[in-house]
Amino acid sequence: MTVVGVLGLQGDAREHLRAVRECGLDSALVRRPEELAEVDALILPGGESTTMSRLLVAFDLMEPLRIRLAEGMPAYGSCAGMILLCREILDGRPDRRQLAVIDAVVRRNAFGRQVDSFEGDLDFVGVPGGPVRAVFIRAPWVEQVGCGVEVLARVPDVAAAGSAAGRIVAIRQGSVLATAFHPELTGDRRVHQLFCEMVTSPVGCK
Amino acid sequence: MPAEKTVPAEDRNIDRQLGTARVKRGMAEMLKGGVIMDVVTPEQAKIAEDAGAVAVMALERVPADIRAQGGVARMSDPDMIEKIMDAVSIPVMAKARIGHFVEAQVLQAIGVDYIDESEVLTPADEAHHIDKFAFTVPFVCGATNLGEALRRISEGAAMIRSKGEAGTGNVVEATRHMRSIRAAIRSLAGMHPEELPAAAKELAAPLELIREVAAAGSLPVVLFTAGGIATPADAAMMMQLGAEGLFVGSGIFKSGDPAKRAEAIVKATTFHDDPEMVAKVSRGLGEPMVGINLSDLPDGQRLAQRGW
Repeated sequence: MTVVGVLGLQGDAREHLRAVRECGLDSALVRRPEELAEVDALILPGGESTTMSRLLVAFDLMEPLRIRLAEGMPAYGSCAGMILLCREILDGRPDRRQLAVIDAVVRRNAFGRQVDSFEGDLDFVGVPGGPVRAVFIRAPWVEQVGCGVEVLARVPDVAAAGSAAGRIVAIRQGSVLATAFHPELTGDRRVHQLFCEMVTSPVGCK
Repeated sequence: MPAEKTVPAEDRNIDRQLGTARVKRGMAEMLKGGVIMDVVTPEQAKIAEDAGAVAVMALERVPADIRAQGGVARMSDPDMIEKIMDAVSIPVMAKARIGHFVEAQVLQAIGVDYIDESEVLTPADEAHHIDKFAFTVPFVCGATNLGEALRRISEGAAMIRSKGEAGTGNVVEATRHMRSIRAAIRSLAGMHPEELPAAAKELAAPLELIREVAAAGSLPVVLFTAGGIATPADAAMMMQLGAEGLFVGSGIFKSGDPAKRAEAIVKATTFHDDPEMVAKVSRGLGEPMVGINLSDLPDGQRLAQRGW
C-alpha cells in the first residue's frame, strides 16, 4: 500500500498524519534517512522553516531528500514546507538551505507577524466543492513563478485584501504541491485529497 | 495560469479574520516538537536561532537572576524586545505580569508574536488574569494542574505550559505538573458522561471544556513544559511524559557552553524517544547551570504558586 511520509523533525506533523489517513492512505513519521527510504511521498509540515532546515542538515536528511525529490517522489509542503521546497527565499537567513524543487521565489512572513495572521476563503484550482477555508500563520506568499509552475490559488484581488491582494498562495510543479496556508488545521480534507491523488495517479508531467 | 473565479472577486466575502481561535491556537501547533528559549540580548537570540530554537522569549533577566536579585519583576523594555525582534527571523515571545492587561496591550502594540502571562514576573492582580479574548495576539499561560489549565483556556489562552519551578534548574516540579495534567486528562477520558459535572466542580473548570477534554483525550490547545529543564535528558523526559514542546529559561544561558547545550536540547527534543541520540548529544556539554533544591526554597519564593 502507498505510504505518505510526514517529516517529523518539528511542527504540526501529527495533523498531516491524520489528514492523510482520513484520505485513505497510510502515513508514517519520517525523522531518519532509513525512514525516508520507505515512503512513497513526503509532506513537509507547518512549523519553523529555519529550524526545520537546520535539523534536515543536522540529521543527514537534506541530501537523501534532494535525491528522492530529483527522482520524482511526490511532495507537499504547507507554509514552512512551501518555503523549503521553493527555489529562492526572500527575507530569510543567508545561510539557510533550500530543497529548490519548485521554480518559484517565496517571501517569508510576507503577511506580517503573528498579529497579522488570519483566515479567509480561497478558490483553489483542482479542488471541487467551493472555496477552501485557508488559515495563514506568519505565512509566506509566492512572488514569482517559473513557466513550469501552475498557480492554484491566490488571495482574492480586491481592495479589502490590502497588500496581500492577488498574491499567489498555492502552487504546483509536476508532482510537487505547496500551500502558504494550513489545510491540516481545518478538518476540510480536499487539499490533502488532491495531494493523495497526485501520489496514487501520477501524471508524469514533470 | 490564472486562478479560476466562479464568482466575481468583488462580490466575494474577503473576511480576512485576524486573531481567531484557529489562528491563535494554530500558531502554537507550528511550534510543536520545538524548544523556546529565554534570551536577554540580541546576541543570545541569534545563538538560540542558530541552535534550532523555534522561538525566543525576550526578557530582561532570566528567572535564575530574577530569583537571585529579588524585587518586582515587570515586562521588559520595549526597546530591548524590538532589538531582539530585529535580530532573528523566528517568532519572538515576551512576558506580561499576571493580570497586567496594559503590559499585554503594549506587547501587542510592538508586535510580539506570543505573550506569556507569566508567574515568573510579579503578579499585578491577585484576583483576575488577563481577558485574553480581547487581544489579537495569542497568549500562553502556565498551569500546575488540569483545572488551572482549563481556567486559563476559558479566559482565552491559546497554549498552555506546565509551570515547573522557573530558575531552579531542577526538573522535579515540571515532572509533577506534567504528570498531574496528563493523569487528570486520562481520568476524564475514562469517565461516564454523568460523572463529568462533578469533575468540573472538583477541577473548578467549565463543564464545556471538561466535556471537550474527555471526548478528545487531550487539551484543546497545545501543551508545552517549562520550569527547571537544564539537560537534554530533562528535555527528552518531559517529551516522553507528554509535553508537545519545551520552554527552556535559565538552563541554557546560565550554563558553561550555551550554544552547544542549546543545540543538544533541540536535538534531544526531536529524538526524545531515542536513547542513543539523547546519549550522543549529552556528551561534552560543559557545566550545566547550578541547580536549587526545592526544599531549600521558602514558600514565598515558589513562583508556581502565583496564579490560581
